[in-house]
Amino acid sequence: MVKLTIDGKTITVPKGTTVLDAARKLDIPIPTLCHHPKLTPFGGCRMCIVEIKGIPRPVTSCTTPVTEGMEVITSSPRLEDLRKTILELILSDHPNDCMVCERAGDCTLQELAYFYGIKENRFQGERRRYEKRDGNPFIERDMEKCILCGRCVKVCSEVQGVGAIDFAYRGFNAKICPPYEHDLDCEFCGQCVAVCPTGALTGKMWALKGRQKEIKEVDTVCAYCGTGCNITLHVRRNEVVRVTSKENTWNEGWLCVKGRFGYKFINSPDRLKTPLIKKRGKFKEVSWEEALDYTAKKLNAIKKKYGPDSIGGLSSARCTTEENYLFQKFIRAVIGTNNVDHCARL
Amino acid sequence: MKDKGIRINICMGTGGIAAGGAQVMEAFKKELRKAGIKASVGKRCTMHKVGCRGLCAKDVLVDVVKDGNKFTYQFIQADMVPRIVQQHLIENNPVSEWLVGEDYHNFHNKQVKVVLSDCGNIDPEDIEAYIKVKGYEALKTVLKKLTPEKTIEIIKKSGLRGRGGAGFPTGTKWEICRGVEAEQKYIICNADEGDPGAFMDRSVIEGNPHAVIEGMTIGAYAIGADIGYVYIRAEYPLAVERLKLALKQARKKKLLGKNILGTKFSFDIKIKLGAGAFVCGEETALIASIEGERGMPRAKPPFPVHSGLWGKPTVINNVETLANVPYIIRNGDKWFSSYGTEKSKGTKVFALTGKVKNSGLIEVPMGITLKEIIYDIGGGIENDKALKAVQTGGPSGGCIPAGMVDIKVDYESLAQVGSIVGSGGMIVLDEDDCMVNVAKYFLQFTQAESCGKCVPCRIGTKRLLEILDRITKGNGKETDIELLEKLGNDVKSASLCGLGQTAPNPVLSTIKYFRHEYEAHLKGKCPAGVCKDLLTYYILEEFCKGCGACMRACPAGAITGERKKPHKIDPEICIKCGACFEVCKFKAVGKE
Amino acid sequence: MSVTIDDFSSHYKEIRKMKHTGLVLEHAEEYLEKIYRKYCHEKGSIIPILQEFENEFGYIPEEAIRWIAERLEIPESRFFGVATFYAQFHLKPRGKRIITACSGTACHVKGSERLINGIRRELNLEEGEDTTEDMEFTFEKVNCVGACSIAPVVIIDKKVYGKATTDKIIKEIKSLKTGQ
Repeated sequence: MVKLTIDGKTITVPKGTTVLDAARKLDIPIPTLCHHPKLTPFGGCRMCIVEIKGIPRPVTSCTTPVTEGMEVITSSPRLEDLRKTILELILSDHPNDCMVCERAGDCTLQELAYFYGIKENRFQGERRRYEKRDGNPFIERDMEKCILCGRCVKVCSEVQGVGAIDFAYRGFNAKICPPYEHDLDCEFCGQCVAVCPTGALTGKMWALKGRQKEIKEVDTVCAYCGTGCNITLHVRRNEVVRVTSKENTWNEGWLCVKGRFGYKFINSPDRLKTPLIKKRGKFKEVSWEEALDYTAKKLNAIKKKYGPDSIGGLSSARCTTEENYLFQKFIRAVIGTNNVDHCARL
Repeated sequence: MKDKGIRINICMGTGGIAAGGAQVMEAFKKELRKAGIKASVGKRCTMHKVGCRGLCAKDVLVDVVKDGNKFTYQFIQADMVPRIVQQHLIENNPVSEWLVGEDYHNFHNKQVKVVLSDCGNIDPEDIEAYIKVKGYEALKTVLKKLTPEKTIEIIKKSGLRGRGGAGFPTGTKWEICRGVEAEQKYIICNADEGDPGAFMDRSVIEGNPHAVIEGMTIGAYAIGADIGYVYIRAEYPLAVERLKLALKQARKKKLLGKNILGTKFSFDIKIKLGAGAFVCGEETALIASIEGERGMPRAKPPFPVHSGLWGKPTVINNVETLANVPYIIRNGDKWFSSYGTEKSKGTKVFALTGKVKNSGLIEVPMGITLKEIIYDIGGGIENDKALKAVQTGGPSGGCIPAGMVDIKVDYESLAQVGSIVGSGGMIVLDEDDCMVNVAKYFLQFTQAESCGKCVPCRIGTKRLLEILDRITKGNGKETDIELLEKLGNDVKSASLCGLGQTAPNPVLSTIKYFRHEYEAHLKGKCPAGVCKDLLTYYILEEFCKGCGACMRACPAGAITGERKKPHKIDPEICIKCGACFEVCKFKAVGKE
Repeated sequence: MSVTIDDFSSHYKEIRKMKHTGLVLEHAEEYLEKIYRKYCHEKGSIIPILQEFENEFGYIPEEAIRWIAERLEIPESRFFGVATFYAQFHLKPRGKRIITACSGTACHVKGSERLINGIRRELNLEEGEDTTEDMEFTFEKVNCVGACSIAPVVIIDKKVYGKATTDKIIKEIKSLKTGQ
């Protein structure tokens, strides 16, 4: 364990902890942009700089491990002044079109600009221009808004193990892109969208569906597979407009393409809402009672005529463990056969 | 080889070849054959090992040795060879007007050569030549008589500091790494000499690669590494070649590889070629590059001595630093520390270039004054113009104004005036140089070389450059100088690595000493007549002979005039390329 | 038989014209396999592999990256990231003759900028372009070739011209043009 003081408060943390994490344990706020608790530290945005006694220049708290007896200052006129310069520099190479930005109200950069009161910018000059729109079906990549924090690159390689994008070029021309700047061609899990602190990455289908205001968040469980990821539905006027996941869930906020982007079925006109029974060659909507009665009657008839082993059951990964347990119990105990299997085994 | 008495050596370094060394050599071969004289015609660098003596400005340099008497000729071209052969070799009467003069000797007299002492005296492609001058004796001493701790002790006592820029004490660096427990450690030789206007490391490796290998092996023994890397620019093909050859020879002699000199110590060196990125001179970026990644620096701490290449403790030393090591071990720490000042010991190699008469590679004791370097070694300013400033430390350094040339050249003194020793670039600027333009030049360089990882460097240097650009174009705002200072200081404080932390130095130091030039630009004038947007070219009628040379040279068709009558430049069409100014033989083109 | 540089230069003209570099692979599959075998056990091999490609092809063909990336199971994006980071690597085929102007400090103070502008004009190069339309010349600036004593320096096809003037270099380029 290592003992240190931050802004005069003493704390003891395990060896290897970063100054930033130690400060957060003390509930001392340090602004960050490129830092993400689940990804390896980057140290690029320089917002989290702090002063450490004995080190002549400010260092990034997200990359600096604590040492015994360290004395840290997280806020001083000099530090705040530097942070303001950094923000102004970022904003001098940013469209600043928050009025029409999908992420307005939910954007770290916007939030910081607000807290640092950046109304005027001392620095003006050339901005990066990217005319080309990525042709992929899911992820909107507005790279003019990219602040090169590298979170998307890290999540793609460290969490997803894909590496579909990386930093390319250098200096002011540096950008994050797929190889040879082609359109994005990956599994579209959208983890990059989830970790982007600005409006550079959003979901294509989220466009013009409403921003943070009027959105109701509903926590639920993803129904696509047995993994059971915790998801949060963003609902506006009784329509799901976005799906996210919170960091403090067991799936740590990570999702796949289905959970994140596959929600359109909810309001689809083709969605089945009642059981159907085929009558005279045509499917007809019926009540649950009628459907269950019908199924029971048919199963009984088949069992009587051909024996229980003529019946088999196949369950779904989209059911919960309990439902699957009940299902096999039903097939074994009620129908009387061991012909039961599950799609996940195939 | 009957006529042993005649030997001709031609400088065939990069400078010598460019000046026509190969043609001169051919001419000698031909003329000697014609005259029936048998002589050995060799490349200075490879055969007689005089090597590039550093004074490339006087190339092609030719030594003619006859009966033990050596005469050195300067500025030799192929068409001059017949006369030398006839007059000197046949008639025994050296061509006195082509011989090197006093300044050639002055160039060498004030220098103290440690690292360069064997450079140019031995054949860099022959390990025996190095061994003959006591090469690898230091390694023998270290491996057989000294413990790693004792070795570190000697280097610490000598006061050797990193020659790559920052000047960190080498012994201390080794000591820290020695103290870190790890199964695997690495030593890296940083030969990614990227500063524009610097070629010290290249010359050392080309001239004496074994000294670098020996120094590195000693370092590896001291810290406990068994693998070393030389990270070298691919733009230095000759240096790479010679290094490869030297490694092969050293392995054959059991000076590298398993159980060196029969001891338990094993160590080998691999070469990694840089791929053209200035930022890779920064230690952590260099490590990323060896790992095959984009050369983006990593935050320190942790420092490479704790967690470096592939996460293992790593020492990174510059070429010149390592080349000093064998000489220190051989001659003792006291010998080394007898040179230099209290805090900066030993000698430093500089690449002296720019508007100085004798430009080239020099090695001087720390603490020599700038004045001695420029006037005694450098022979003063070209064309007898006035000295304006000296830029040291390349794009990370600063400008020292002419009024301060009495300053001592060492780490502390240069830092005090806002510059650095750096890797050793030293560029002399005269009255014709515009300091705003010089600052812009360096910033253009660093801005283009920024890796793009951190905000202050990526966007900050871009904005600094834009401000400088508008100042040199006459569009500067009154507040621009203050803005440059403010942003410059913030970029220095907030950037991740050494590149961004020093990139504003050329701007800040020129503002400090040449603020009036910035102010003049804001008023629409470039005092030195360099910034082309603030210039107008015109023809001085009284000098113009109407030869038409400028008219033909003008790419824009801005010059008109009849033959033999004064011409005119149309300022509306003129694109200010300066072609007319360059081509006019009568100095009839003026600029303002 | 592996593809040598000579084989390649004979195909070079066609290759340069081809937008789809698929044919490059047809000639280079064996070569790529050789590179794969050379580097498959080496740590940190992205840069050396790209250096091999640059030497072999004169640039970094997309198809070659795709092939080797798949084989080594390293994401293509990392190769692209590294290839665009270092000045030594080129994404597009380059001209037959390479003209390099040094823009190091010593060359700069001795007027390399004028020289550079003069060469660009002579070659009719637009802003941002570095290769002539007929693929004959590629012009580039380099940081420093370390020949500061003979500044300004221009290198044409590896031949070093010291103390260069615009006149001298343009004459040289003109004679190369007519020599074609």
